[in-house]
Amino acid sequence: MKSLIIRQGRVIDPANSVDAVRDVFVVDGKIASAAATSAEEVNAKGRIVTPGLIDMHVHLREPGRSDKETIETGSRCAARGGFTSIVCMPNTTPAADNTGTIAFIKQRAAEAACVNVLPTGTITKESKGEELAPIGSLKTAGVVAITDDGRCVQNNDLMRRAVEYARMFNLPVLDHCQDDHLTADGVMNDGYWSAALGLRGWPSIGEDVIVARNILIAELTDWHIHCQHISSGRSVQLIREAKKRGVRISGEASPHHFTLTDEAVKTYDANFKMNPPLRTEGDRQALIEGLADGTIEVIASDHAPHCSYEKEVEFDFAPFGVIGLETELALSLELVRKKLIGLPQLVEKFTVNPARLLRLNKGTLSVGADADITIMDLDRQWTYDVNESASKSRNSPFHGWKLKGKAVTTVAGGKIVWQTE
Amino acid sequence: MSATTWQHKDLLGIQELSPGEINLVLDTATAFKQVGERRIKKVPSLRGKTMVNLFIEPSTRTRTSFELAAKRLSADVINISATASSIVKGETLKDTALNLQALNADIIVIRHSAAGASHFLSRLLKASVINAGDGAHEHPTQALLDAFTIREKKGRIDGLNVTILGDILYSRVARSNIWLLTKLGAHVTLAGPSTLVPRVFEKFGCRVTYDIEEAIRDADVINLLRLQHERQRQTMFPGIGEYTAMFGLNKERFTRAKPDALIMHPGPINRGVEIDSEIADCNRSVILEQVTNGLAVRMAVLFLCSGGKPTAGGAK
Repeated sequence: MKSLIIRQGRVIDPANSVDAVRDVFVVDGKIASAAATSAEEVNAKGRIVTPGLIDMHVHLREPGRSDKETIETGSRCAARGGFTSIVCMPNTTPAADNTGTIAFIKQRAAEAACVNVLPTGTITKESKGEELAPIGSLKTAGVVAITDDGRCVQNNDLMRRAVEYARMFNLPVLDHCQDDHLTADGVMNDGYWSAALGLRGWPSIGEDVIVARNILIAELTDWHIHCQHISSGRSVQLIREAKKRGVRISGEASPHHFTLTDEAVKTYDANFKMNPPLRTEGDRQALIEGLADGTIEVIASDHAPHCSYEKEVEFDFAPFGVIGLETELALSLELVRKKLIGLPQLVEKFTVNPARLLRLNKGTLSVGADADITIMDLDRQWTYDVNESASKSRNSPFHGWKLKGKAVTTVAGGKIVWQTE
Repeated sequence: MSATTWQHKDLLGIQELSPGEINLVLDTATAFKQVGERRIKKVPSLRGKTMVNLFIEPSTRTRTSFELAAKRLSADVINISATASSIVKGETLKDTALNLQALNADIIVIRHSAAGASHFLSRLLKASVINAGDGAHEHPTQALLDAFTIREKKGRIDGLNVTILGDILYSRVARSNIWLLTKLGAHVTLAGPSTLVPRVFEKFGCRVTYDIEEAIRDADVINLLRLQHERQRQTMFPGIGEYTAMFGLNKERFTRAKPDALIMHPGPINRGVEIDSEIADCNRSVILEQVTNGLAVRMAVLFLCSGGKPTAGGAK
């Protein structure tokens, strides 16, 4: 296997409290303490070198909807965005609620993916929220977590039992926090803009109620629940307070939620329709505060590809979700440029934090770790053209945006999987 | 006649119009109203143009009114309803619209259950797009005909107290009326069940009250809305009996109104629910005049959106 020397970059490795200019050595797919005799050199002078970024919330649509995305195209999208590991959600067709589907995903990933693809399994059979999925067998098959993402277990007893049961397999539970009754047929944030636009509201309280529920269940079971794509300021506050009490609860934020607000919906463009929906400026600020004070320890894209013909319909009828792997890093670096969060702190949210949460031997440049490395140019200015995306889909709200900061080299398992000048 | 000129090919909502543009439509409609009173009720303004009534949601009044308005302007008219179109075969709105464009339709009037449907079409099409009601968003020609009626009866809109009573949350008529009336200087009060008249509407420059008698007392105009069952969540309201008891305009409540208060309703009315049957038919009710005026207003809108220039002697 090829060896690499990454020369003279500013290495930020939060797991080892490193922030210094130095060389990084890769030998046989692992981080090494010294160079191999014949190694390819990568000049990283003036660049940032970090552990390979991890996105723990991605929809790859395979099996079942390979017209939207495949494990191959989704992984290429990830590599371009600087991600070396992606955690794929189980709402495929069939759902990843059985060991056969997990085996299929792992096999397709081994054949076609250029980055690490880590599957999740469902909490309940077909994510219907009625009966537990075979969680132990899913763990054996290789899932890194369980979630009914896209849906939310409404039955509180079932959720409690799922968490209690997952605990014995050391499996974290991820939850898409949505009370089905409070959100009902809502398509955007419930507030000024939904009232003005005549669109049905999906209120923040629909998220907050489930976050509160999860806090209580995490406390009762003494096990970890991770709240996916938090969008509401009140939810951030609930998580902050619970963490102070020592509850094993965590939160994740998506770039579209901390970059855009519900005002963006005013053109009725379905590329601004996602679940949970874009919220108010107050919520956006609260999310950023939550990221800054560590309440929210993970940034994830919720990359959700949909075909153009599915999105080019009336706003009410369009599916929820946007793609995000390629714009995620630049949009997050904006927080650093605005001095809302430090660069090492941001790197944590993409590396060591998701790795610890999912118990992965990743997210670090420690000697012996998998050689997953991202090299980024913080000053690179570029314009996002969704038509050039590696994704099979085009549903980005950031098409045409002028962005700053880009992954210029992505190394997964010691292999360069993405490089741009 | 106002000095403003009309620059739009589409009419998607009232929110994006200026007071001058609203007055221009109303002035143009005044001229067209006379056409309907003539022996030969037809002018050649849109001769050779094709208008398509694309009604994806049911309607009697608005569809007929647009059809008649176009015919009086000598346009050719085609009516398409959801049940009789390829939409039942799974065709998307985009494809339906592109097909109509391929047939060189000049004006597409769309009624749709989804908010923003007319905006969506206007982005796709070169033809004029006229919003005939999109979900709970806007119904601009209804607000224009309401304003026309108020102006005709009261001589002005500026400074009047207008109360809109009923299901505001799910009403496109309410939204278009709120934008229009506040732009022209009326004081708008919204009243009805708190679940259907949320306080967020105060941010649009209206007053929200849950005291129905007080809402009626000072009103120069009372505009009644029906319960929009087709759009409501079931948790929103106990039911029709409760509505009539608590919020219906009955004779007793009506005695508290000003003696010259106008009663308006966009239709369809539910007699005995939001409005007492006799009040609907009384001499202060202008419900049927609204319908007559709707025709003139829609003629004005079709005329202006097709590039027609109003003249001092009225539209010719």
